[in-house]
Amino acid sequence: MAEERVGVYICHCGHNIAGTVDVEAVAEWAADLPNVEVSRHYEFMCSSLGQELVEEDIKTLGLTRVVVAACSPHMHERTFRGACERAGLNPYLFEMANIREHASWVHAVDKEGATEKAKALVSAAVHRVVHHTPLETMKVPVEPTTMVVGGGIAGIQAALELADAGYKVIMVEREPSIGGHMAQLDKTFPTLDCSACILTPKMFDVGAHPNITMLTYSEVEAVEGYVGNFVVTVRQKARKVITDKCTGCGTCWEKCPIRVVDDVYEAGLGYRKAIYRPFPQAVPKYPVIDVESCTYYKTGKCRACQMFCPTEAIDFDQQDEVVDYKVGNVILATGYEQFDARRIPEYGYGRLANVFTSLEFERMVNATGPTGGKIMLRDGVTEPESVAIIHCVGSRDRRYNQYCSAVCCMYSLKFAHLVKERTGAEVYNFYMDIRTPAKGYEEFYHRLLEEGVRFVRGRVAKVTDAARGPGEEGKLIIQCEDTLIGKQRRIPVDMVVLSAGMEPRHDAEEIGHLFGISCSVDGFFIERHPKLDPMATMTDGIYVAGVCQGPKDIPATVAQGAGAAARVLGVISQGEVALEPIRAEIDEEHCSGCRICNTMCPYSAIDYIEELQVSRVNPALCKGCGTCVAACPSQVITGAHYSYDQVMAQIDGILIDVNRPVTAEAEVAAD
Amino acid sequence: MTAQNGRRRFKHEVIDATPGGEQLTLCLQCGTCGGSCPSGADMDHTPRRIFAMIDADMKDEVLSSNTPWFCVSCYYCSVRCPQEIPITDLMYTLKQMAIREGRYEQRRASDFSETFIGYVESYGRAFEMGLATRYHLFHNPMKMVGMATGMGLSLLQKGRMSLTPERINNIEQLQAILNKAKQLSAGGA
Amino acid sequence: MTANANGSYAYYPGCSLTKNAAAYDVSSRVIARALGFELNELTDWNCCGASEYFSLNQLPAYALVARNLALTASEGAKQVVAPCSLCYVNLYKTDKYMGDHADLNEKVNAALAAGKLAYRAGDVKVRHLLDVVVNDVGFDNVAAAVKKPLYNLRVAPYYGCLIVRPRTGFDDVEYPTTMDHLMEVLGATVVDFPLKAECCGGHMTQISDDVALELIRRLLHNATEYEADAIVTVCPMCQLNLDAYQDQVNRRFGTRFKMPILYFTQVMGLAFGMEPKAVAIGKEIVDARPALAKVTAEPPVQPKKKRRDKSALPMPSTEREG
Ligand SMILES: Cc1cc2nc3c(=O)[nH]c(=O)nc-3n(C[C@H](O)[C@H](O)[C@H](O)COP(=O)(O)OP(=O)(O)OC[C@H]3O[C@@H](n4cnc5c(N)ncnc54)[C@H](O)[C@@H]3O)c2cc1C
Ligand code: SF4
Ligand code: SF4
Ligand code: SF4
Ligand code: SF4
Repeated sequence: MAEERVGVYICHCGHNIAGTVDVEAVAEWAADLPNVEVSRHYEFMCSSLGQELVEEDIKTLGLTRVVVAACSPHMHERTFRGACERAGLNPYLFEMANIREHASWVHAVDKEGATEKAKALVSAAVHRVVHHTPLETMKVPVEPTTMVVGGGIAGIQAALELADAGYKVIMVEREPSIGGHMAQLDKTFPTLDCSACILTPKMFDVGAHPNITMLTYSEVEAVEGYVGNFVVTVRQKARKVITDKCTGCGTCWEKCPIRVVDDVYEAGLGYRKAIYRPFPQAVPKYPVIDVESCTYYKTGKCRACQMFCPTEAIDFDQQDEVVDYKVGNVILATGYEQFDARRIPEYGYGRLANVFTSLEFERMVNATGPTGGKIMLRDGVTEPESVAIIHCVGSRDRRYNQYCSAVCCMYSLKFAHLVKERTGAEVYNFYMDIRTPAKGYEEFYHRLLEEGVRFVRGRVAKVTDAARGPGEEGKLIIQCEDTLIGKQRRIPVDMVVLSAGMEPRHDAEEIGHLFGISCSVDGFFIERHPKLDPMATMTDGIYVAGVCQGPKDIPATVAQGAGAAARVLGVISQGEVALEPIRAEIDEEHCSGCRICNTMCPYSAIDYIEELQVSRVNPALCKGCGTCVAACPSQVITGAHYSYDQVMAQIDGILIDVNRPVTAEAEVAAD
Repeated sequence: MTAQNGRRRFKHEVIDATPGGEQLTLCLQCGTCGGSCPSGADMDHTPRRIFAMIDADMKDEVLSSNTPWFCVSCYYCSVRCPQEIPITDLMYTLKQMAIREGRYEQRRASDFSETFIGYVESYGRAFEMGLATRYHLFHNPMKMVGMATGMGLSLLQKGRMSLTPERINNIEQLQAILNKAKQLSAGGA
Repeated sequence: MTANANGSYAYYPGCSLTKNAAAYDVSSRVIARALGFELNELTDWNCCGASEYFSLNQLPAYALVARNLALTASEGAKQVVAPCSLCYVNLYKTDKYMGDHADLNEKVNAALAAGKLAYRAGDVKVRHLLDVVVNDVGFDNVAAAVKKPLYNLRVAPYYGCLIVRPRTGFDDVEYPTTMDHLMEVLGATVVDFPLKAECCGGHMTQISDDVALELIRRLLHNATEYEADAIVTVCPMCQLNLDAYQDQVNRRFGTRFKMPILYFTQVMGLAFGMEPKAVAIGKEIVDARPALAKVTAEPPVQPKKKRRDKSALPMPSTEREG
């Protein structure tokens, strides 16, 4: 070990690090650390010149270990491992110290402290790296089939990109039809093109594509494996309809006597039958029986659908099917749910009949919706003479969600336009800020101003039906401060639309857990990098697209769906993936066979070998998390790259007194 | 530059004197408070505007406005504010500052509070009759006549107003506590 | 009485209940007895400072309230009950803020120490009397005590501000419903009173007639519109403002409101079969007798549920997620 030759490189990262940390002093100080052959600082280590510096030194100075102190290993560990490899050094003989996120950024006000911390971090890395051992990555073939979870516009786009490129896709959709929220919308901003007109062809393509297996009314139950080689268990719920026989004629739901409120597709504004197809353009076209509502499952009577079905497609005894699928990559596109406006009691949703949510309103203005596209009050007949649209319901509100939902300003403008166009009613938009930051959006806002829509800057305090005097009787009164005047106003209207924001799916956390990815504090899936890698996640082989990653509109959703597909195509075309060699290994000679590690492993990567009465790690499944290493009572499990020696050396290194000259410290450490 | 520093100081004075006051820096100027306020229509400035004025270092205008005095402590603003700013408590702080700085010109409201507290400090209990007479004699003798004949009389007849104040037993203990608290708050609350 | 094993609470009546709201005090004590829980008046309690002390000087205001909490704790009581919403919120807030803000806690305790007292936030649970009745006693036990249901009496349950705000966690901050259910249990017909949690004007009666009388007018107007026979309150300030100022409202606005304002405890007592005098009916300025005379022995005939028009769109389901 004493003969190792370590090269240390301190990166300025422009002003990012050098503006706070005295990089020159760190480099100079590190030169005296044990085993250090050369210590340099350079403006941008990740640039090709910076990488060449490392390569050059390995070749000319015969470095056997490399430490780069720069940004997060998430950003550039791969970069510098590559540099080592190109110069003939095993990439695992490299160690990265993060002196940006962990020093200069977090201690921006304390330059001296930041410099001291940077020294400690560099020291830790130098102490550690001499204990590194060369490791070999393992290459495994990639299964070219991809699973897309969620059949909204994000999932549809991703699936079609992959399928058109010639690869198989398995699409899993929870509802009886694909389409997601976009299928509920009437017009889409800012161009006002009809949502169904642009979506239906894509849905049809998914249904008909030879490369796509569509599993609707289905959910993922379990996931095993790793990038390139996942096994996903899917439960396909029994539709109670034999799809091979059903022609989608609609006789069954015409005859079905049970009518229930449709909370999903009609957003609660309309009804469906117990046997139903969510909407006319549904893909696939087959209905399902909702066994919760169907009388046959409660009383054993009825069977109307079965009796009238001309092709005998109804099968009350049909059972769920659970099937395993082998896939190489997964794209999660599970979308969003709407914020429940009942949670803001001051807006009266659920109590005051003529308060509607924005999704209810979408269904109302949709020609296929419950009112046939007519805008009317809850009584189903009266056309409103004045409509208030309230922005930011449940968004930009710390009591609920702090984030901006990004689409509601634009759809509120869209609504205002539709109300004007179809009824001529007076329309008020109550807003805090109007957010129209995309192509053609600001122009749309200006168009609305021309159309005479009224804008009141003030977050609405309450909606009430308690009239104070004659002018307010029988109306809903919007009470707010018009902040541009600085006065309280009460504006009586007939109808109120709540522009409720987007929320993560209620089960996003569980779905994330199933696929080994996490959610941010807001509850949306966390991407690998918010700017540079918004489709990948921290788990290789798992990608995200659409609103499940964060609020966005259809154009951005489509772009992300296509982007995720492109990332997957990259992996598929390589044919194989390299697995990180950071894995646990059991010293079988000393294993007592207690099997504690078997149950602790979160990836079920440890098998018990009956004949030998020992446990053994399956290297393809092990993620190197270290749980078993800590759990083993006999201490015979070692985590490659996280061995006892390596970790202890790192701790020794970080505890060094950075204010004393290194040589003195080294002596102290030596005795 | 001095104005710059002055502005920061006033805002932070207000923040420091209010438990949880640091939330004030997050005000979005959305107007939910001004829209919620039952006396908002009668205030010189809505609560939202007061917060903008605090930020603009308009200390005189803020402390001489009737806004905090017209606050009825209904807490509607506080529970509805999307930034969870303790607005009602900030109103209490502004009243307290206005009294200390002798800023509030109308005096009427602050005198009511002071009279009320005078009784609490001497007796440990509130005394409605005394409060009404002393306060109204000073500010609105006509109202006293109304008190004696109208509502006050009805309350007296119904036995709902006593003529003598009640006093707690250990008034010395209470006064010791209050004196200590006043001493501590003078040293910067 | 599950929340409190022995069914006894420290009782903080507050200044109002000693005189102007004596009816509330009397009726609170009798319904407690009828329902089998004990209210032990806190010895030598002091005024909570209403909203006035907080306006003048916040630290002594907290110290003033904290003395009552400290006395409660020193008596070994775990819960203190206040029927007055203003007292309730002052006690509740002081306990909560002392827990949330270390600096305030330290100073308040330094002040208490001058009177040889100390208080640790959280040691006493502050409860409003309505909370105790609804959650500790429970609707079933209340129902069991009803002897003379108040059939046909239309009541507007009026909560006012401070029983629910700032978030006291006991009922919805905007649209509380506990008293509505309680009134139903007593047999009364409940008016879905939209202004149920709005402000009664508080101390504005002392500061600006313009503001106060308008706030009071709105409440009376709305309750009258909804054909309430009486407004039922949980707070002496609300009762005083709506009752004692009703005459002035009528004179100023040319209205003819005759809306009696009762404490919920009085209404409970009546339903429990007590004599009106026993719950201090008669102390109110707007006479409640004509309203109470409407009570009948037979329950009102339920109006036939109007069939929803076929063209009507479904209402959102009322259960709330999350
Ligand atoms: C009222 C309103 C109006 C709007 N108007 C416009 C507009 O005019 N223009 C515009 O650009 N944007 C608009 N939007 C935004 C638009 O709806 C979204 O950008 C878009 O629908 C996002 O698509 P998605 O595929 O990410 O999510 P979704 O549409 O939510 O699709 C997700 C799909 O995944 C399925 N799913 C969820 N969980 C699972 C699971 N565990 N397993 C299997 N399947 C699952 C769901 O059933 C659903 O089909 C509007 C939004 C609202 C609320
Ligand atoms: S059996 Fe069920 S689904 Fe079929 S018609 Fe009857 S109620 Fe409808
Ligand atoms: S997009 Fe507009 S309405 Fe929606 S949360 Fe953001 S600011 Fe509010
Ligand atoms: S409600 Fe809150 S955020 Fe909005 S203006 Fe008032 S204090 Fe500011
Ligand atoms: S607490 Fe005061 S400022 Fe806030 S809404 Fe009520 S009266 Fe207005």
